[in-house]
Amino acid sequence: MNGADVTANGAGRAVEAKADPRAPVAPGVRFGGVSFVWRPRIAGVTLLLAVAGFLVFCVSIGVGDFPIALPRVLATILGRGEQVDEFVIMDLRMPRALAGLVVGVALGVSGALTQSIARNPLASPDVLGITSGADAVAVFLVTVSGGAATAVTDLVGLSAAALAGGLGTGLLVYFMAWRRGIDGFRLILIGISVNAVMQAITTWLLVTADIRDVARAQAWLVGSLDNRSWGEVHVALWCTLVLLVVVACVAFQFKPLHFGDEVAAGLGVRYGAVRAVLLLCAVLLAGVAVSAAGPVPFVALVAPQVAMRLARCPTPPLVASGLVGALLLTGSDLVARTALPVSLPVGVVTAAVGGPFLVYLLVRANRR
Amino acid sequence: MVVQSITGTETEGDGASRLAARGVTVGYGARSVIDGLDVAIPPGVITTIIGPNGCGKSTLLRTLSRLLRPTGGTVVLDGEDIAALRTRDVAKKLGLLPQAPVAPEGLTVSDLVARGRHPHQSWLRQWSSDDAEVVRRALAMTGVSDLADRPVDSLSGGQRQRVWISMTLAQGTDLLLLDEPTTYLDLAHAVDVLDLVDDLHESGRTVVMVLHDLNLATRYSDNLVVMKEGAVLAQGHPRDVITADLLREAFGLRAMVIDDPVGDRPLVVPIGRTHVELATKATELL
Repeated sequence: MNGADVTANGAGRAVEAKADPRAPVAPGVRFGGVSFVWRPRIAGVTLLLAVAGFLVFCVSIGVGDFPIALPRVLATILGRGEQVDEFVIMDLRMPRALAGLVVGVALGVSGALTQSIARNPLASPDVLGITSGADAVAVFLVTVSGGAATAVTDLVGLSAAALAGGLGTGLLVYFMAWRRGIDGFRLILIGISVNAVMQAITTWLLVTADIRDVARAQAWLVGSLDNRSWGEVHVALWCTLVLLVVVACVAFQFKPLHFGDEVAAGLGVRYGAVRAVLLLCAVLLAGVAVSAAGPVPFVALVAPQVAMRLARCPTPPLVASGLVGALLLTGSDLVARTALPVSLPVGVVTAAVGGPFLVYLLVRANRR
Repeated sequence: MVVQSITGTETEGDGASRLAARGVTVGYGARSVIDGLDVAIPPGVITTIIGPNGCGKSTLLRTLSRLLRPTGGTVVLDGEDIAALRTRDVAKKLGLLPQAPVAPEGLTVSDLVARGRHPHQSWLRQWSSDDAEVVRRALAMTGVSDLADRPVDSLSGGQRQRVWISMTLAQGTDLLLLDEPTTYLDLAHAVDVLDLVDDLHESGRTVVMVLHDLNLATRYSDNLVVMKEGAVLAQGHPRDVITADLLREAFGLRAMVIDDPVGDRPLVVPIGRTHVELATKATELL
């Protein structure tokens, strides 16, 4: 006998049932007309992640050929540092560190959105063709010299052209997956197919290209934060902020979509419009990240899953996912620069760190 | 008739139909599943749509709930064309439970039921004290208060369906549309869920549902809509509608209709080809 039987026979007419004051519904935070659900675990995890991310960010800034101790880093960031520190930190190291944060947040949020929209943890921007599309365009521009390709590169720059390639591929996948709505599996299958085509094109270009061009292309193909300038960081930062504001505005309407289109429609959500806006934001965020750091693998896939498990949420929490992304990217960059005899591109480390960590979380979850 | 509403406000049923389809034509792509159908849902009773597979039952329910937009005709909700209403305003009047909904793994019962408050919330007002109270009442009404902090995926099929109905109740509408609420449930749990649906009806709600099982539909409905090939074949009280002739016409089913030994409704006894001892007698009776 289970609970349903007991209630059917024992509780009598449900019509007479009064609210059970002991039923554990989520507590709320309320002031004036504003009210939110209070979830201590998510709030705590988010706060911890923010603190940890900031610390790693500061440590990362302090590490280098001219080491700066943490208190001096903090003083400089607050505008009360010495002049030497100020030059090294603000002019030399800040762009790289900030780029790491921005790219990490963008990838984490982008992954959380795509995974939620497809209702499938496999649906990261990497899988949906955004990264491979950017790769193919970038490699094409680097390896095919002369004529239109050089003109495009000179006109808009490699990053912007790659961004356009990534967005174009992402939209292509979206429209091909569209069939009276978006089905998660279909989106992923089409994304994987388009990915394969884009990777084939990239490989073909690399095989047939001049060896010096291949070396340049290879530098693009492994995501890296080397040699970021303030200009590039500003563009990425502002684009990301604007996109995050849009996401924050729409996020509330998005909640019922975790239960599928029909339930969402029943709850008064215009699911087609909400999903289109958020998927576009996810594609743009991933595109911004790719244009700022090249294709950094695995962050968008792993960050939301890690955030979910840390915060014990059934769905990827947006803020925590972004913070895990930032922590993962900043931490990986720190490791890439310090722990190994040769300085590695950050993309190598994110894959090497992120993959095993996700496996660890999954194995632990299975044992419980 | 006084409706005991879950939000505490009481509304008077006026006896007129609140939801009706007027000459609706619905299709997927070029194929039309329903062609020029008229149906009015009587208030305060349980209406069940029955019919053979592929006759357009679910399509009709989905059209009535605005999930599908008819290519012709209109669906009228409280005197207004439902297509002209805002999605959110429809959700404040009409609760919908689709077929076999799936919750994210690990989501708790109370969080799922709480989502039913969505149409009444806004970005700044995401969890008022009213919301908490209504959710508690919805949990109690469906008998799942004790399961409130359990993950939905850890429950049995019958409990899970109660939880989903609870979410629809938390929406606070007195019009409920349920698409095959007993799918995947064994008979005992199906009866349990339908008893709950009857409780909701007793408390004054109007229920429209799609069911496969003819005898359950007959037992639990006051109004049957029998469909065949996208059209309404018959509509009315089960006692007036369910006859051997109708079952043959609608389903191509050879069956005897007898008096339900435990109720005041007819009972369908399918005949089939084998294991029928009174085959000749049954044939004579038909």
